[in-house]
Amino acid sequence: MNQVSVNTEQPVLEVHNLTRVFEIGRSWLKEGKPLRAVDGVSLTVKRGEVLAIVGESGCGKTTLSRLMLGLQQPSTGDIRVLGEPLVGVDRKAFARRVQPVFQDPYSSLNPRKTIGEIVGDPLIIHNIGTPAERLARVEAVMEQVGLPRRFIHSYPSQMSGGQRQRVAIARALVMKPEVLICDEPTSALDVSVQAQILNLLQDLRQELNLTYIFISHDLSVVEYMADYVAVMYLGRFVEIGPAKRVLSEPKHPYTQALLDSILTPDPHKGLPNLNLGAGFPDPLNPPAGCRFHPRCVKAMPVCATVMPKLFHIEDTDVECHLYDGVKA
Amino acid sequence: MTLADITSAPPASMAKAADEFATLAPSPRELMRRRAKSHIGFLTGMAIILFFIILAVFAPLLAPHDPYDQNLTARLLDPVWGPKGTWAHIFGTDAFGRDILSRLMYGARLSLMIGFTAAAIAGVIGVTLGIVGGYFGGRVDAVVVYLTNVKLALPVILVALSIASISGGSIIVLILVLGLLTWDRYAVVVRSLTQQFRDQEFVLSSLAAGASHARIIFREILPNLTNQIIVVASLDMAIIILIEAALSFLGLGVRPPTPSWGLMVAEARAVMFFKPHLIMIPGAAIFLLVIAINMAGDGIRDVTSPEGRG
Repeated sequence: MNQVSVNTEQPVLEVHNLTRVFEIGRSWLKEGKPLRAVDGVSLTVKRGEVLAIVGESGCGKTTLSRLMLGLQQPSTGDIRVLGEPLVGVDRKAFARRVQPVFQDPYSSLNPRKTIGEIVGDPLIIHNIGTPAERLARVEAVMEQVGLPRRFIHSYPSQMSGGQRQRVAIARALVMKPEVLICDEPTSALDVSVQAQILNLLQDLRQELNLTYIFISHDLSVVEYMADYVAVMYLGRFVEIGPAKRVLSEPKHPYTQALLDSILTPDPHKGLPNLNLGAGFPDPLNPPAGCRFHPRCVKAMPVCATVMPKLFHIEDTDVECHLYDGVKA
Repeated sequence: MTLADITSAPPASMAKAADEFATLAPSPRELMRRRAKSHIGFLTGMAIILFFIILAVFAPLLAPHDPYDQNLTARLLDPVWGPKGTWAHIFGTDAFGRDILSRLMYGARLSLMIGFTAAAIAGVIGVTLGIVGGYFGGRVDAVVVYLTNVKLALPVILVALSIASISGGSIIVLILVLGLLTWDRYAVVVRSLTQQFRDQEFVLSSLAAGASHARIIFREILPNLTNQIIVVASLDMAIIILIEAALSFLGLGVRPPTPSWGLMVAEARAVMFFKPHLIMIPGAAIFLLVIAINMAGDGIRDVTSPEGRG
């Protein structure tokens, strides 16, 4: 779908036409209504790149991340890491390749385990090394994320939010995965700590040549972290392209509205006018045609009936009727 | 210290690490110990339970007389504070001339043993059902909820009475019946807690690391439930001790002449207006043990999860 990367190296993560449909309200009396949480998403990420996925709450970001972690099975579609298909195989195979960093470091660490146990747990699950080797690996990875070795016997409740998020990152890295899926890794942290964690993630990416899928709704964080940005709306990517271009010259009206929604510290500017009109549509009854048209300021008659095709403009892919005349 | 030591100060990163460590909060265990030390209910309850346990365990050494020894010349003696009391029988003797204090000590054995083992059996059943239902949800959970509802609809005392009267009150049967009849509280508590923990990100992390469901249940969820299970177990044990006493009182629990507190109350019925202490002493023992277990259970909850206090 997207030709975002030009180099010929094999992509680390390929997702092709991924769909996940939930049945809502199903009982033995009646059939459920389908909710297409993720509806035909494709993406390709090369080694060392960061792809940010942005979008409103409820757009399917979290479901997409769970699919890419192997925590849920896709209804259709394909996930490959280094060319190796992962859909339908053992969860353990996923685990060695793709690891998560979750949003809330207060619920992502088991309060009953010490830091050393938490970080070393994946090694035990995969039966890697002797106890001494495991300890050495845990200490090494703790050092990588900037945690003093003495924390190894501490409990999560003894640590600050930033320190806990470092533990979560250490646990994700202990198995040397290819891809980290960071689901809003800083949104639960203080602003001052956010920067430290973002810098740590950037440093680790360079040191370990890691690939990130970075899910966020904070566009300033995205701007700092991402090489590529995918904008998600009701389960689909409506725009995907290099971060600089998407954030400076947004092509899709939804991306434009998202960028306009960034709050500034300047109190005189007031709240931004989003021109988004009605609220988020009911994902059980998505609008016909372009799913964004009821809220779109540039909506045309065709938008209400025909689903827009994918247009490749410059280096960005965009799904919008505004570009119908443009030669792809 | 030489000049070289000063100039080669540790790098800034290490100094920062030391700082971080200095601000480390006390460990959960240390906090628990501190709360336990200042919790009067917990300390009192535990002290009384410990007292009864010592009496029960060392009954053969501590008891002044054989609890089965009848002495018809020394029937219905007053306790030491009564008009004709003697130090030979501190709490007096019953209608067969058996020493009350000795029977009380051996009775503590029986009450504690039945309470502990029956509560453990109920705990194993209830925790297993609750954790499996709460974790897997769906149809598995529906079965667990159904079983729990069926159990809640059973009148415990009535069922225990009928089974005891059919099988004729052996201790093993009593333990099994009480264990099989009181697991519902564990199942309800454990199921709802498991549902809360199941969706926590640390469980997702473990799943994403490739852990099996059994590993997640035993290593991630169960350790977070132990405190609440102990609290439920203490309440369950108190209830079981009361039911055992009630069954024995009705003649459907353990059989005479086994020393049991409930039986002692029952045997004293005939003379309760002349020798009220024969009922009051075993009654007080039941009351004291049950209230101590409840106090300790409440205390454990306060000590282990102060955030849940309210």
